[in-house]
Amino acid sequence: MPEETERTDLPEAMAELAEDFHAVSQPERLQLLLELSRELPALPERYDGSLDTMERVDECQSPLFLAVEVEDDPEHTVRLFFDAPPEAPTTRGFAGILHESLDGLSARQVLEVPDDAPYRFGLAEAVSPLRMRGMVGMLGRIKRQVRLRDDARTAEAGQESA
Amino acid sequence: MSTSTSDKIEAYAHPERLVTTAWLAEHLDDEDVVVLESDEDVLLYDTGHVPGARKLDWHTDLNDPLTRDYVDGERFAQVMSERGIARDTTVVIYGDKSNWWAAYALWVMTLFGHEDVRLLDGGRAKWVEEGRELTTDVPEVTPADYPVVDRDDSAVRAFKADVLDHLGSPLVDVRSPGEYSGELLHMPDYPQEGAMRGGHIPGAASVPWARAANEDGTFRSREELEALYLEEQGLSASDDVVAYCRIGERSSHTWFVLTHLLGFEKVRNYDGSWTEWGNSVGVPVER
Repeated sequence: MPEETERTDLPEAMAELAEDFHAVSQPERLQLLLELSRELPALPERYDGSLDTMERVDECQSPLFLAVEVEDDPEHTVRLFFDAPPEAPTTRGFAGILHESLDGLSARQVLEVPDDAPYRFGLAEAVSPLRMRGMVGMLGRIKRQVRLRDDARTAEAGQESA
Repeated sequence: MSTSTSDKIEAYAHPERLVTTAWLAEHLDDEDVVVLESDEDVLLYDTGHVPGARKLDWHTDLNDPLTRDYVDGERFAQVMSERGIARDTTVVIYGDKSNWWAAYALWVMTLFGHEDVRLLDGGRAKWVEEGRELTTDVPEVTPADYPVVDRDDSAVRAFKADVLDHLGSPLVDVRSPGEYSGELLHMPDYPQEGAMRGGHIPGAASVPWARAANEDGTFRSREELEALYLEEQGLSASDDVVAYCRIGERSSHTWFVLTHLLGFEKVRNYDGSWTEWGNSVGVPVER
């Protein structure tokens, strides 16, 4: 397993964010996580009242809903949408890290993110290892959905050219 | 200090253990009172808290980082001191999730024999719902002298061996019905926490913790609690009772109800709970 400070295998935005976390003290890391929880974008209107069409992330202590879209462009750009209540700032913060790190990347880049990436932010000590499971669960589900949607896109493209 | 807060609270066996939001609002500047927020979510305090309240995290402050156990007397004294708490300070604890983690913190403080520790009835949600003041200002705390006291696990804590000896005596399983029956290996809406077996400890009665709480998170009246635990469940205040859940937080809530609201003399919280029992080799399980 790579060192916690190993960042060469992370996408650029994620590596930069991990570096920001490591540059500050433990209490400041919590503040940074709080900022990310506040910056988590609200759901676009088309998801209003349709939480049932989103995937529920059970690994989070508080309810979090996730939607993944893969665009029809050559890169198969990934778009991520999250919904979690304001009373769950840690869950929102984890979602914020993943949004900032992964939204707008290509499907291939998202699929190449290592599964232990959530542990590269130096947060396990600040929030306790038990709570880190939430972010691991989110990343796992994002990758699974990207894989599904990306396969579907590739199949469509194959049919069109046939 | 006056503990009279409401007729509802006065009716409990130990009314000095519970305060109303109105009482707390009046005592925020009281030098003998320290307010602690203890939440499941480690960042919730930082989004805004009761003015002057200090943060106490169940995981990073009260649990030993290596052994699955609580901190020792030395570390506990440090945690208290850093929050300006002396041995004779009145401590009022509130938190999210119907006070689960507040009750858990109160129970841990009881292991160290801190005398005057109380819960805020209704917890964080009630304070917020009433539109009372919240601040993100973290108070500047002058550390207090807190003595190093040995933790005493004998009175209110049960270990697995104690529970094995206790089989046949009153056991209260406070988890959800699905966890009790063994259909679920974890709380509904919560992560799978890896129990190898589902079910309950033989002889345990299923009394989900939430039955002791109103919709707004406040405790039910003494009359309602007696109807539940004494009449329906047939328990009596002189019974030797062990309560458990998944990791000991929801059962702290029930421990508080039986001990302080109904005046039971001997209630122990089995904090190993299902994450220990459901993974232990050779212990009996009932479905």
